[in-house]
Amino acid sequence: MKQVRLLVGTRKGGFVLTSDGARKDWKVEGPFFAGWEIYHMKGSPVDPDRIWASQSSGWFGQVLQRSDDGGKSWAAAGNKFLYEGEAGTHQWYDGTPHPWEFKRVWHIEPSLTCADTVYAGVEDAAMFKTTDGGATWTELPGLRNHGTGKDWQPGAGGMCLHSIVINPEDEKQMFIAISAAGAFRTDDGGASWKPINKGLSSKFLPVPTAEVGHCVHHIAMHPSKPKTLFMQKHWDVMRTDDSGENWTKVSGNLPTDFGFVIDVHAHEPETVFVVPIKSDSEHFPMDGQLKVFRSKSGGNDWEPLSRGLPQKECYVNVLRDAMCVDRMDECGVYFGTTGGQVYASPDGGDNWNAIVRDLPAVLSVEVQTLP
Amino acid sequence: MELPLHLVRLAGVSGHEVVLEVNAAPVTVATVLDALDAAYPMLEGTIREHGTQQRRAWLRFFVCEEDWSHHGMDAVLPEAVVNGKEPLIVLGAIAGG
Repeated sequence: MKQVRLLVGTRKGGFVLTSDGARKDWKVEGPFFAGWEIYHMKGSPVDPDRIWASQSSGWFGQVLQRSDDGGKSWAAAGNKFLYEGEAGTHQWYDGTPHPWEFKRVWHIEPSLTCADTVYAGVEDAAMFKTTDGGATWTELPGLRNHGTGKDWQPGAGGMCLHSIVINPEDEKQMFIAISAAGAFRTDDGGASWKPINKGLSSKFLPVPTAEVGHCVHHIAMHPSKPKTLFMQKHWDVMRTDDSGENWTKVSGNLPTDFGFVIDVHAHEPETVFVVPIKSDSEHFPMDGQLKVFRSKSGGNDWEPLSRGLPQKECYVNVLRDAMCVDRMDECGVYFGTTGGQVYASPDGGDNWNAIVRDLPAVLSVEVQTLP
Repeated sequence: MELPLHLVRLAGVSGHEVVLEVNAAPVTVATVLDALDAAYPMLEGTIREHGTQQRRAWLRFFVCEEDWSHHGMDAVLPEAVVNGKEPLIVLGAIAGG
């Protein structure tokens, strides 16, 4: 029988949750790296027992951990993230130039074809790559240097590169998103990049349809349809069918199109999940009712899913990397909250249950489907 | 030298104190930290910023009951620290939640 392994990053440590194919009973292990913020944990698709964890601390900076036995033991990997050349400046909140300063790794994206190759999205926004299993990291400087980098400005959560999506049909094509700069694409493995924000509109920008400056919260792709991506933006849920060249709004009948997470069903590339929250200044579900919304038509027509989720006095948030889907025959969907709950649906979103409910605030949730 | 709990765990040592052999003269804050990084590579970057090699802002250094946080990395340590009678203490500032 297949197994699933959930990798949960929280404000105060990392946790590994395992279950069999039924996904009813869960074993919770952790906290690993207790007291550290674990922004992201992710396993290699090539070698699922190789798992990465990004731990950071206001006191001690960034440490990157690697496990080669499925999370049972860990060892520190290289943690030297230095920008290439003269780092230069970007805009600060007040519009003045501010030096580029490395703070932490927000997102780890292992290569689809090589266990020793991993990409890291960092704050201040840049993309790094290792090809030696994490011993050394080098920046892909074409992203910051493509022309608009000096105009990027941090959002409320910092200027982080938080989303990395690799085209499974062509690993040289990758999509990334930066808060609050927007989405970018490379077609040459990270040497050169272009902004892909046409169709996005952000009222807070002097020019709402500007080339960069949009606050993209997350992007997602189904592996069988790599030209189609879905985006949860600061406001608006968006879709592209031409690899990001053009985006259209698919918020449709959502009660609010503000949110952080978005993900695609494992077997149905037109089935999409979001968790709307009330507004950009009220980061909690409407009316205290936690609901996942699912579209089976690639957007616009959304249905609320609430069976098993708290429907009163619930004021948690679901952060940008805190939703994922497994690859079991019946797709499992998972998300974690700032209230420390991790919810699972073993049936594509129809029914939910809390598999653990008193963790520190959840920052990220990833799942591995194991033989 | 004496390390805070998180770095003790990261280095996988027991207790808060580590004894270091410093093959440099004079013995300074920087040469002690160099010796620490060499003995425990997983700690590299956690006390000093990778790029600037400066003390991380939320950490403090104490020596012989004095705050040495602003003495600079090239400050020569007292004999009591050099001969191992007193530790160079790295302490996390009281902050956070």
